[in-house]
Amino acid sequence: MADLKFEDCLARLEQIVGALESGNLPLEASLKAFEEGIALARHCAKYLDEAERRVELLLKDEAGLLKTQPFAIEPDDER
Amino acid sequence: MGDRQVYTVSQLTARIRDVLEEQVAPFWVEGEISNLRVPGSGHAYFTLKDDAAQIRVVLFRNRLRRIRFEPADGLHVLAFGALEVYAPRGEYQMVVELMEPKGLGALQVAFEQLKARLQAEGLFDPGRKRPLPRFPRKIGIVTSPTGAAIRDMLRVIGRRFGELHIVVRPVRVQGEGSAREIAEGIADLNALGDVDVIIAGRGGGSLEDLWAFNEEVVARAIVGSKAPVMSAVGHEVDFTIADFVADLRAPTPSAAAELVVREKEAVVDGLRDLHHRLSRALARRLERQRERLVLYAERRVLSDPSRPLRDAQRRLDELGLRLSSALGAGRRHAVHRLALATQRLHSGNPAVRISSGRGWLGQLQGRLDAGARRSLDRSVHGFRVAAGKLDGLSPLAVLGRGYSLTRTASGEIVRSADQVAPRDPVSVLLHEGTLECTVEETRERDGRPQV
Repeated sequence: MADLKFEDCLARLEQIVGALESGNLPLEASLKAFEEGIALARHCAKYLDEAERRVELLLKDEAGLLKTQPFAIEPDDER
Repeated sequence: MGDRQVYTVSQLTARIRDVLEEQVAPFWVEGEISNLRVPGSGHAYFTLKDDAAQIRVVLFRNRLRRIRFEPADGLHVLAFGALEVYAPRGEYQMVVELMEPKGLGALQVAFEQLKARLQAEGLFDPGRKRPLPRFPRKIGIVTSPTGAAIRDMLRVIGRRFGELHIVVRPVRVQGEGSAREIAEGIADLNALGDVDVIIAGRGGGSLEDLWAFNEEVVARAIVGSKAPVMSAVGHEVDFTIADFVADLRAPTPSAAAELVVREKEAVVDGLRDLHHRLSRALARRLERQRERLVLYAERRVLSDPSRPLRDAQRRLDELGLRLSSALGAGRRHAVHRLALATQRLHSGNPAVRISSGRGWLGQLQGRLDAGARRSLDRSVHGFRVAAGKLDGLSPLAVLGRGYSLTRTASGEIVRSADQVAPRDPVSVLLHEGTLECTVEETRERDGRPQV
């Protein structure tokens, strides 16, 4: 699940919730769906918690190789 | 040499001024605007040019206000005015009184031509446009690292969803070669492989300032990008070729950032809502199941399995008592009658009395039997009812609901896997019929939760 994109994760979660809410799943399948849904929700929450702010500059050296370096610009916050 | 007329610079300039200002009547001139500048004074300075020449032009603020369109570089105009000499710098310029656009400027023409060509290729088709990821992990931005645009975008992104990975590919966004840099920047961000969406843009400016985004090389780079590209050029009213080919056009750089990055709070709320709905849906599902269970449990059979047995036992006991008391009463009655009869027998004619006494006795015997049989019948009936109830509880009745009973060859009921060994013959009793089976494998534990 780790390589599942957040978006896909959320879409699957929405699908599971929809299926459970429809009430058409047999009990066994409901429990399975619930377990998967909880795992997905945790995964999504973890993704949100772990996301970090990172702003980089993508530069090209003389040999044409791409490299990144931190971008120092601080947005002047006008709030 | 003495008859030579020598002017001072001022005298010469005065003559030139005389010629240009007095002898050249106000005129109409046609040309393309370039190098337009409108400094704080509010006056507009620009040059009008054609293929071979140019002339400096000033449009004073009070005149500028009267013009019905916004002068812009590349615009082809007709201007009416007069010449004016600025002596301190030895310059002459045209002072414009009136100005109106004439057709389209060269840049406009180039723009329209490229637009028509790319449109014919189908590059503007809505069907070609890719949806933007709803939750991008990594955002690539192609713009000037020093412009207002990047600052605006970073500010918006930071405010909405602080924790995102942003890669800025710094490029020049105007001037010679800028279009190629922008195109290369888009390709470079794609080369990283994990950029979810790319924003290419710059702040507002004149048509010439924005020109890089009207060049074909940029359009091709956007079309060729694997990651969806959002254009974010200038002011809301300016449309560039990049806007037409991009997967989504944002009116301004800040708007682009807003379109790409959702409010983190909304995302977190949405997730919490899903989590909540998930739990609630399962709870409802379980509640329905529980209701069904309660329905079953309300039948005493399940709520207290021993109770029907006890009830039946008590019923049997009662019946037994009534049976014996009925029998007892009947017998006592008969014995009493018998005693009376015997007494009469002794007191009357022995022969007659004997025969009549026999009759009595037979009668009494019959009544005794009938009484006993009646009470026996009642008892048997009660017993049958009780037995019927018991039958409902019998495992055999349960078979009708799909359960089965497994027995070993010796007739022992199999309750646990360790009662049999592989290859043992077992007999499975069904509601209807039996299955004669052989044990393949025994497992002492299965997937069921242990109670």
